This record gives sequence, C-alpha cells and structure tokens, in this order.
Amino acid sequence: MADDDELLDRAFAALADPARRRIVARLSRGPATVNELAEPFAITKQAVSKHIQVLESAGLVTRTRDAQRRPVHLNPARLEELTSWIDRYRLVKEAQYRSLDAVLRTTNQQE
Amino acid sequence: MSNALHLSVPEGLPFIDYEREFDHPVAEVFRAHADPDLFARWIGPRGLSTRVERYECRSGGTFRFIQHGDDGVEYAFRGVFHTVRPAELVLQTFEYEGYPDVVTLESMRFEDLPGGRCRLTGRSVYPSLEARERYLADGMEGGITEGYERLDELLAEQVPAT
Repeated sequence: MADDDELLDRAFAALADPARRRIVARLSRGPATVNELAEPFAITKQAVSKHIQVLESAGLVTRTRDAQRRPVHLNPARLEELTSWIDRYRLVKEAQYRSLDAVLRTTNQQE
Repeated sequence: MSNALHLSVPEGLPFIDYEREFDHPVAEVFRAHADPDLFARWIGPRGLSTRVERYECRSGGTFRFIQHGDDGVEYAFRGVFHTVRPAELVLQTFEYEGYPDVVTLESMRFEDLPGGRCRLTGRSVYPSLEARERYLADGMEGGITEGYERLDELLAEQVPAT
C-alpha cells in the first residue's frame, strides 16, 4: 500500500478533474454502476471506467465483486480526510464571519 | 482571536444550522447585515468582490448582489426579505442564480449577550436533501487550492514523532 502522502496526492489529483468530481458527487447519494454513472454525463462508458480507475487507485471509491453489476461505492472516510464538503462550507462561513469581525472593528472606531 | 463557529448538518433533514458569537453589540452586528455597503464588505468569499445591485433589508424588501473574481466570472444571488425585525430577526429567501429555483429559506436570530456581545443563530432550509448536498459538493469546486493549504497544515501537524 502506498504511504499516506502518496495517497493524498493521488486523491487531490483525482479530484482536480471536474468529471471525476461530478462522479464523486453522484456517488455521495449512493452506489451506482458504470452504466448508471455514464448516463447523466455526456461521456462514454469507457471514459467513465477510466475515471473510476483513477478514483479507485486514489482510494476514493471501491467496487464490490457483485458479479454482473459491480457497483461503485464512495469511500467517505477517504474523502473526509481530504477536505470534506462540510469542512469547505465551514471554511467559507468562518472566513465570512472573520471578515464581519473586521468590519465591526472598523465601524466601531469610526463612532 | 475569533469566536468559534458552531455548525451542524443534520442527517436526513435538509437543514444547516449555525451559531456564532461576536464581541460587538447586537445593534452593530445587525447593522453589518442590514447596511448594503457593510454587507458587501464581509459577505465574501475571499478573492471575490461583491457588487450590490439592490439590498432593501426590511420586511418585503428584495436584494440582488453579484460577486466576481479576477477571472471575470460572475455569480449572482437574489432573494426576498420576508420579515426583518431590527436587531432581532431576519427571515429571507436566498437563491444562487446559477441554480435557478433552488431557493433556501434563511433565518437569522440576533441575541443580546452581557458585556456588549451578541449571538447569531441561523438556519438554512434547503428544498431537498439533494439540493443541500449539491450546494456542499459544489463548494468543493473552488476548494481544491484551499484544500491543499489545509492539507499542508494537516501534514505539518502529523510529522511522525520519531
């Protein structure tokens, strides 16, 4: 198994692609097969399979050996290790309120 | 030093709840929400500047503001102030025009605290769980760089203790 740094690098590289972020967003709502994943995106099954291989090698998704279907599952633990969506939201909100603090300090001085 | 933001994203309910205290009187914190010029100065996010087209923070008023970065890409937001009670409550709708018809209901309660401080308690209600996830997921789009920065910090903390 690759060491942690290498896995994190791979995960970020994997998520640098918008198509793969859309696949991850779709999988956050539940497992799906390659066919199901290809459907909403105007890309071929082959292209989706390639994206999934990249996500899989980054530890972001797993595939069960369910004979025919082989649904793709998101590995939420790995995603959370990176920068979870809610953390991102939190960062924005925290930055926003720190800006508000700064604005409040200046309005206070003017009075 | 800044006050902590408490955030909760309940499972199975399309809400986001948050709470934050400020070292300033409730009237000032409310004014920073109600005054268009002050609002534009903090609503962020960093790297984007905000142009307020319309901002009538009173019951029945409407607003629209546009944010843009150096790349010139614009993000517009609009909504209606349903109920505004100064220094007490703002109940409004909020819509990112990029996701038409996905309208959230935002409530913000302002509460006086001793020592010239105040507490803000907010709830965003999304039209569906899916809409909430989409908002959170798309936050990640622009978040990769910040993600790297955070990752660096994280890794710096995790230097093996050998």
